[in-house]
Amino acid sequence: MLKGKGIPVFITFIVGTIMIFSFFIPHKPFGDLEKISLNWYSIIAGFTMLLGVDSLIGMHYRKITRRTGNWGYSIVLIAGFTGTVVIGIIETIRLGTAFNEASYFTYIYNYFIVPLQSTMFSLLAFFIASAAYRAFRARNFDATLLLITAIIVMLGRVPLGEQISPNLPKFTEWIMQVPQMAAKRGIGLGISLGALGVSIRILLGIERSYLS
Amino acid sequence: MALSSNFWIWIAAILTLAIYSFLYKDNPFYKFAEYLLVGISIGYGISVYWHNTIITKVFNPLVYDKNFLVLIPLLLGLLMFSRFFKNVAYLSRIPIAFVVGAGTGLSVPSSFEFLFKQVYATMPTKLDIGIIIIVIGVISTLIYFFFSLEHKGFVGRVSRVGITFIMVAFGAAFGYTIMARVSLFIGRIQFLLSDWLGIIK
Repeated sequence: MLKGKGIPVFITFIVGTIMIFSFFIPHKPFGDLEKISLNWYSIIAGFTMLLGVDSLIGMHYRKITRRTGNWGYSIVLIAGFTGTVVIGIIETIRLGTAFNEASYFTYIYNYFIVPLQSTMFSLLAFFIASAAYRAFRARNFDATLLLITAIIVMLGRVPLGEQISPNLPKFTEWIMQVPQMAAKRGIGLGISLGALGVSIRILLGIERSYLS
Repeated sequence: MALSSNFWIWIAAILTLAIYSFLYKDNPFYKFAEYLLVGISIGYGISVYWHNTIITKVFNPLVYDKNFLVLIPLLLGLLMFSRFFKNVAYLSRIPIAFVVGAGTGLSVPSSFEFLFKQVYATMPTKLDIGIIIIVIGVISTLIYFFFSLEHKGFVGRVSRVGITFIMVAFGAAFGYTIMARVSLFIGRIQFLLSDWLGIIK
């Protein structure tokens, strides 16, 4: 019985329905059921993260054992992962929580993760500009419009824009508040209608690809 | 110029320079920093999950409150690993079904809420050129994404207006993204020149 998809589809329907009802009826028993379901959801969803980590570490471990291309960097990745987890455990034992200001675990966040991540994203400033030049060279009306809007928005957000014309920041604000907002709203409405459709298909068991 | 004597600042500065070395070309320093970031990030993510979920939502209620109900999601979570064993792999569908059900259930009311709020905000309450442009933009964008009707004649002309609005929105989003990246770049350069080299205050 468990081997089929019937029970999982039934679980999906029950849990989903509880969530929907609890939104409209936030009183007992639905309110409590929603709280419990959300708690369970966060616990179970975390295990999916563990599966992903297992897959990533497994792949790099195999690269090291087989000495395949760039395996040396895989050692760096696994060492970084292990080091962070071990320091987290040690600091939890030493200070009661790894998230203490004085903990080495917090240092890892402040002096490794923050600079690496922000530098990585800032690096995109160079590539995004050159990629944009190649992709959006004003070949037609749409591409020209996109390019001009991007330039206006960029200039309108820096002091140079105000130097060019005091109206440029105001025009940028208008672009953000009116045409940009209109298209964003249209796209958002389309997305939420699509999400509703897919959600109903999943709840009714029409869409079952997540179980394969 | 007062070069920093803080060991951690040096670490951050060296890693920053290692990433920027990619501007010249792909090299071992960049690769080292890149792999290190992935390793540390997942290690940090796991530790946060352990602290915020396993300790706070499972261990503490179980040990201090004697709430044995939390064993159910723990067991369901462990069932995820059944996919590593071929003969019981089907059991992993149960926790997946729970997660998908909860996610779907959460998305239905929030989608409705979003829909109604956006439609309400689009309704013209006064005669204003901005509001009229928004109404035209929203309708034409929606028509552009409506593929049940062939984009010919009137529908084609309206969807053409829609694509114009979409291009403006994409251009604005693109400009915003570049500015965000540039401001991050300025932040990193400030860190190198101020915190590390002490050239600027």
